[in-house]
Amino acid sequence: MNGAETRASGSPYAPHTADERDAMLEAVDADSIADLFDIPDTVRFADEFGIDARTERETRRLVRSILGRNENLTELLGRGHYGYYVPSLVDHLADRSEFLTSYTQYQPEISQGFLQALFEYQSLLVELTGLKIANCSMYDAATALGEAATLADRVRETSGHRVLVPDLLREERRSTLENYVAGTDLVVEAYPTTDGAIDADELADAVDEDVVMLYAENPTVRGTIEERLDAASELATDADALFVLGSDPVALSLLQRPADVGADVVIGDASVLGLPTSYGMGLGLFACREDYLRQVPGRLVGVSEDATDRRAFTLTLQTREQHIRRERATSNICTNQAWVALRTAMHAAALGPDGMVDLAKRGVTRAETLAERLDELVGVSAPVHDRHHIREFVAHVDQPAPAIAEDLETRGFAVHVVGEHELQCCVAGVPDAELDAFVAAFSEVVR
Amino acid sequence: MSDGDELASDAEQVRYDQARYVNDGQYEPLLSEKDRTRVEIGDDSPLPDDLTRDELELPALSEPELARHYTRLSQMIYGIDSGPYPLGSCTMKYNPKFTEDVAALPGASVHPDRSAASVQGTLELLSRLQDYLGRIGGMDAVTLQPPAGAAGEFVGIRVAAAYHEHNGEGHRDEVIVPESAHGTNFASAALGGYDVVSLPSDDEGRVDLDALDAALSEHTAALMLTNPNTLGLFERDIEKIADMVHDAGGLLYYDGANLNALLGRARPGDMGFDIMHYNVHKTFATPHGGGGPGAGPVGVVDELAPFLPAPRVRAADDARTGDRDGGSAGTGASTSEQRYELFDPEHTIGKVHGFQGNWLVLVKAFAYIARLGDEGLADASAKAVLNANYLASQIEFGVPYGPFHHEFVASAGEQDAADVAKRMLDYGVHPPTTKWPEIVPEALMTEPTEVENKDTLDRLAAAFNAVAREDDETLADAPERTTARRIDQTSAARSPRLSWHELAGDD
Repeated sequence: MNGAETRASGSPYAPHTADERDAMLEAVDADSIADLFDIPDTVRFADEFGIDARTERETRRLVRSILGRNENLTELLGRGHYGYYVPSLVDHLADRSEFLTSYTQYQPEISQGFLQALFEYQSLLVELTGLKIANCSMYDAATALGEAATLADRVRETSGHRVLVPDLLREERRSTLENYVAGTDLVVEAYPTTDGAIDADELADAVDEDVVMLYAENPTVRGTIEERLDAASELATDADALFVLGSDPVALSLLQRPADVGADVVIGDASVLGLPTSYGMGLGLFACREDYLRQVPGRLVGVSEDATDRRAFTLTLQTREQHIRRERATSNICTNQAWVALRTAMHAAALGPDGMVDLAKRGVTRAETLAERLDELVGVSAPVHDRHHIREFVAHVDQPAPAIAEDLETRGFAVHVVGEHELQCCVAGVPDAELDAFVAAFSEVVR
Repeated sequence: MSDGDELASDAEQVRYDQARYVNDGQYEPLLSEKDRTRVEIGDDSPLPDDLTRDELELPALSEPELARHYTRLSQMIYGIDSGPYPLGSCTMKYNPKFTEDVAALPGASVHPDRSAASVQGTLELLSRLQDYLGRIGGMDAVTLQPPAGAAGEFVGIRVAAAYHEHNGEGHRDEVIVPESAHGTNFASAALGGYDVVSLPSDDEGRVDLDALDAALSEHTAALMLTNPNTLGLFERDIEKIADMVHDAGGLLYYDGANLNALLGRARPGDMGFDIMHYNVHKTFATPHGGGGPGAGPVGVVDELAPFLPAPRVRAADDARTGDRDGGSAGTGASTSEQRYELFDPEHTIGKVHGFQGNWLVLVKAFAYIARLGDEGLADASAKAVLNANYLASQIEFGVPYGPFHHEFVASAGEQDAADVAKRMLDYGVHPPTTKWPEIVPEALMTEPTEVENKDTLDRLAAAFNAVAREDDETLADAPERTTARRIDQTSAARSPRLSWHELAGDD
């Protein structure tokens, strides 16, 4: 037996007895398993990897000891990755092995449950964005942004080649976008913002008929809420450019509905619901207007009927995808983030519409309150931007920001350093008591 | 047998009916059919009206109702724990339960913008996983950032492009891909802006060297190859192929989808491959999750390391602890004195994911490799290949190409492979991948993996054979024991209904 307490002589998950193995070898007329490998001697691997086998218990202890090196800090961190509390319901139901261990639903008759859950996820995004089409996942916000740009490239009706993004955009997102457009003639350029948000005049100067895509985020990466999305949308429309908006399910529960401000595509990280902080692992949200149905990247779940005429779900419009269309596919994506989408749908369902709106509202009020409290400290002014905020804000500190962040870290708190004298703080998922402790620590640090 | 309710007799011992909740012309109702509650944003909004939406309408259900909803949905899904899942090229192996526990450790839940000093555990795990993967693939440097196999391919393509550009060879604008390759190879090359040159197979199902010779030129940036290929055949001429590609100035890319066949037997790096990706959700047993998340780390030879995505992880100095497993003696516990750091490779292509990829999946992959070790990994490939050979020997469908390794492609002959698959569902097993690769007519691409024992393989073979003997009408009517009966694909595509709003007649 290869129990969890046994160090395996072979794979503990290959259940063959010696007798079975021998019977199977006999059936295939081979003397040994080695005989089944048709590998030239010159490329056979005769060495060892040098990786020790461990019992299950030893392996758990190993991983626990490694991860135990991570310091236990209260994270006031956001900037695209958030640590909202995820209800136990989500963990326990998503971990049911039928969800966790099944493959992509290429045999829909035996996969109705997952297809329905993904359909419900798509519907959640349709409700939040007001756009008619949502796919059932990209990898993360950055790659979804890249996919939006290649979509813009495919549907453009002009010879233009400029993709405009805010100067505030996270460098990581911009870099990912640049890799996605490397195979096109698109060029990514930044447009200036004023006081942490779109400046309609500055943006008008930046947009011309060569623009094929205009990207904005609401909220911005600095936590500010955009007030001129209507102007941005108009500029994009006038230039025949795609207006792409970045957001997430919590912000979308409260902020202007993307369809109402003229968004053609919405991207973002949907795993703000469903996943705890996971070192940046995410879920790419991708929704768009119906016009682009045949150009959508990724998988779509649709409704059909089965042979008994009952409603049934299936992956549909697969001729867009790589396994059918190969180099003419709308994207190279195959494996996606389906299980995270399931978790997101579960978390949203657990909150319900009241809970989602409330979570977003509290993101506004709690960020505002924390900023006010920091603003009272000597040598701190917050928020830096004279805007509405959700979840997070930038604070100015008279002392060098890195030194303050380091001091805060020794006191058990992690914040972002976003400038020589700028720190960014996020309240998402941080309990009130810990915010109190944070303010106390902050006041000691800047004293 | 065509009246539907009886399964063929020699598989009679298999009785299977999937859970089915029937509810007035449909199965389990949608969340939105259980409740829709409209919430007005209203007067207590902390934001001015013009910055908010007016309302949000979603289901408002209690926790017990949701627990039932999702439990019922789960019962209408077939997973690895339900039975054999021999999808070719997908490597549907058992996902060890304990890997979920380690991914759920509190220490795994950290923000990506934390200081390196405060997440030494995360960096250590990433560093050690890079090291493991490098050893397993025979590669010098590894990035863990790509979130899926196709993303790994794209990184490989971008690295190749950056390398050629760096060497003043930016004119190379073609990537060669065998006709029978995974669809992602073509799509990833195209996403990178390359023209795709499709390469036919020879009569034995391997790379046609004459065709390769004709395809190679000063335009060749890379050849993407799967080995064993999608027929399960080892490319015996791999060294010759590598020489040809390198002589033409191109790079050789290894698609890791079939690495489970080779663990501990052969390494892509030793065969002359310059770049490879690993599908940890295949080879290293992380759960497929109904389509993802996976992870697609990429390994490269030294010469290409400066082009890998940023940032990478490394030990902060050369202070090795001497253990062959990168840890302290014995069980390789963490070496708390070793410091790790992030750095940007000199000529990096930049980012391919907003952060560091699918971290939680990487934790599971690390745990799997650490559990199996050398002996377990080599045994996985041994049993995977034994299982494929044994299963093929027990089924009545012909297998035109061999010798195959971890998977084989049978032909359904006069039967329709897709119908065969639908009928197999009725026997309580998951069917193989169908109608691909196209080199085999009515293909049944079958990969049982190492996790099935002889009894299960016999049951699986019985299902194949029962269906082989059934008539076309029975097959066309299948499946009958699954939650839903045969689903009309044409109707779904003709009038796309992609959200509950469209079912309820909402605007």
